[in-house]
Amino acid sequence: MKSVLQFHLNGKPTQLEVEGSRDLLWVLRGELGLTGAKYGCGEGLCGACTVLLDGAAVHACETPVAAIAGKRLVTIEGLAAGERLHPLQEAFVEHGALQCGYCTPGMILTVHALLEKNPHPTRQQIVDGLEDNLCRCGAHQRIVAAVERVAAGKGAAS
Amino acid sequence: MTARYRNDRGVEGGVDRRSEHPEHSERPEHSERRSFDRRTFLRMVGGGIVVLVTLRPEDLFAQGQRTYPEDLNAYLLIGADGRVTVFTGKIEMGQGVMTSQAQMVADELGVALAAIDMVMGDTDRCPWDMGTFGSLTTRMFGPALRAAAAEARLVLLELAGKKLGVARAGLTVENGIVSVTAEPTRKVTYGELAQGRKIVRLVGEKAVLRQVAEFQVMGRSPARLDGRAKVTGAALYAGDIRRPGMLYARILRPPAHGAKLKSLATAAAEKLPGIRVVREADFVAVLHETPDGATAALAALRAEWDPAPAGPDPETIFEHLRSVALEPQELDRRGDPEGAHSGAGKAVTSTFHKGYVAHAPIEPHTAVAELVDGKMTVWASTQTPFPTRDSVASAVGLASDKVRVLTPYVGGGFGGKSAHRQAVEAARLAKATGVPVQVAWTREEEIFLDTFDPAAVVEIAGAVDGEGRITLWNYDVWAAGTRSADLFYAIPNVRIRSYGGRMAGAEVRASESLHRFGVGPWRAPGANMNVFARESQIDILAAAAGLDPLELRLRNLTDTRMRRVLEAAAGAFGWKPGKTPSGRGHGLACGIDAGTYVALMAEVEVDHASGKIQVKRVVCAQDMGIVVNPDGAKMQIEGCITMGLGYTLTEELRFDGGRILDRNFDTYALPRFSWLPRIEAVLVKNDTLAPQGGGEPAIVPMGAVIANAVFDATGARLYRLPMTPERVRAALRDVAATPA
Repeated sequence: MKSVLQFHLNGKPTQLEVEGSRDLLWVLRGELGLTGAKYGCGEGLCGACTVLLDGAAVHACETPVAAIAGKRLVTIEGLAAGERLHPLQEAFVEHGALQCGYCTPGMILTVHALLEKNPHPTRQQIVDGLEDNLCRCGAHQRIVAAVERVAAGKGAAS
Repeated sequence: MTARYRNDRGVEGGVDRRSEHPEHSERPEHSERRSFDRRTFLRMVGGGIVVLVTLRPEDLFAQGQRTYPEDLNAYLLIGADGRVTVFTGKIEMGQGVMTSQAQMVADELGVALAAIDMVMGDTDRCPWDMGTFGSLTTRMFGPALRAAAAEARLVLLELAGKKLGVARAGLTVENGIVSVTAEPTRKVTYGELAQGRKIVRLVGEKAVLRQVAEFQVMGRSPARLDGRAKVTGAALYAGDIRRPGMLYARILRPPAHGAKLKSLATAAAEKLPGIRVVREADFVAVLHETPDGATAALAALRAEWDPAPAGPDPETIFEHLRSVALEPQELDRRGDPEGAHSGAGKAVTSTFHKGYVAHAPIEPHTAVAELVDGKMTVWASTQTPFPTRDSVASAVGLASDKVRVLTPYVGGGFGGKSAHRQAVEAARLAKATGVPVQVAWTREEEIFLDTFDPAAVVEIAGAVDGEGRITLWNYDVWAAGTRSADLFYAIPNVRIRSYGGRMAGAEVRASESLHRFGVGPWRAPGANMNVFARESQIDILAAAAGLDPLELRLRNLTDTRMRRVLEAAAGAFGWKPGKTPSGRGHGLACGIDAGTYVALMAEVEVDHASGKIQVKRVVCAQDMGIVVNPDGAKMQIEGCITMGLGYTLTEELRFDGGRILDRNFDTYALPRFSWLPRIEAVLVKNDTLAPQGGGEPAIVPMGAVIANAVFDATGARLYRLPMTPERVRAALRDVAATPA
């Protein structure tokens, strides 16, 4: 049954009439026109569809869209401030922490949630935090380096 | 983004690598495959200065097993706005050739990297290309692009000389501006020179290229041109293309390869709102305006299948491969390989096995097709836009020029997207329904329909004498093919035979009886297995001779390039000579692939209780000739090593005849962050050699370097990939049971 959902999408109050049981991923990529979240496995096994719900990383492929009601939903498209990239995005570009780029939005948002909870993760904590995100190209070493850089930067600022 | 990859939804797309696909060998003569001839092409191009790249087949494809058309291969256009557009049939799937190709053009032409726009993999606007694979883009395509840019620079200098009244020698080019060297305020831009003109030049392969010492853009590592689009979500992949009225399709698949559709009831699915059902014989699809709507309808189809015939499983496959093998092809013969068995020294015969391995790109095969006014446009996740175009044309009964394939960013290929069945499916459905259709395979379909790296067997009889000289090398390979089966060690008695592989025409046809499901090129096709076997056997002979494995290799190598690479790896790794097993867990392996020499050294820890291997460190030394983008080359090395951990440690398809038992990443285990070793890449300088391949070489020694390190750690020799904990435990038990 369709219902009207109210939520914040990338900082903007948003209203959407939709069947609440549908997977968030298809609504995002369809009705909401945001294709940054990717399909990789459909079962929460790869992390390519990761988005932020009230700051926490969730798999959009396994989240019923009704779960976003009243919450703050952030996708990769909402991370940069206009032309200014988020420090994580900047670090991924600088470190060459991507190849095909298909897993990249999910990687960045997973790390975003991790740093929110733990701004100064150890290398092991970064590795643990990304364990469920798959990258087939093998950009892992550079992804860890990019995250370490951002974590160290935050450390210096605080 | 700076590369001007057009992101306006559904308009443009195009953005390389990997080895041959069997289907190419069955195609008609190359002249029919061309997208357009030079005249047609020149009508399409507007004003500006155009430089065409044309290479003869033998130059473009030195392996000699494929042909290229004699006509255009690529071109570049200098517009009145001073921007330079490069049109190439290569595609960007992560390997970074959007950036490296732009660097080549920028340097040879004398413009800033930011002045270059890349148009890749668009069959209407780019000249014909066989496909992006085999680490060919830089080594085969690079010289052509560079020559075109160098030629363009000469044209512009001539024009500028006339305009400024100064001889060419008195001019300087920088950032697309030509100025009088003695009087720098007198200048003219490339854009001004190109204005209102149409100048066409044709370039052969002989143009004078910049020397390494003159490089300003090449040899450096600018940020990837695709980086910003990929971190912001702006980068478009085939599944991100939206067309007006587009429907999403799900296609009925058999439960096993070889199963036949017995009966089908579509009534329940057809009753669902907004569902369309297409049935053309056994090709059955349901379509809906949402992907999940189509999935629900697929579940409502009632299909009965005749079971597929029984067939081999992961344990019986090896006997099967040997039993159905054709007569072998003898690749090499030296000395007296049959008689040398009785010679002095130690003889060891070893048999190596490897299972089927999936490509598993994170982006499954996806395509969007749209038929408008008799022209089919297909946005496809493919490594082979031109062969895709031809497959689509033949499937839907259109001439090739009535089909346009656009290649947006590709979310990983590794050889698997040389196959492009999804594009044909989308086009058939677009034709059948009259509306644009997206076909996006699920993970289960991606695994089921993959063209796997084949299971394979290698048997090697070798012998080594008291001085550490290898005297005998009898090598037989089943199903992996010939790549890297050849030998760079100087051994007097050699016989190398290949029983059925993927590469040669006759062998491809035989493969239908070899395998119950698709097989195809997988990053350095066949080389991973051949190098695993060869480099494992070399270590086995070193242990038999009581010699350090590096020392044994050096004693049997006359190839100075390989010696240099091994020595560079040893220096960076801190290799300490010793007999194996030393308990340290150090291993090495080397290889030659795509013109590049590579040596890996690794350190591992083996947990005896669980059998789990943890790779702590991998050092890679690589001589790839001139390096266009050092950081890009290192990214490929790191990617090869990380991806290589998969086929080495866990990746092996589970199947039962034509039934594929792996459906997703829960059972088919890809490398994860916790597996990550410290990877150090050393580029061995060789500026006297043109750039060689970079996408594949470092992955080929991964199986052997880990197997050799595991032996050094434990004394247990692993003869089968992947080296799963269970197999490691079994090998450890064998060591414990063997009396010292």
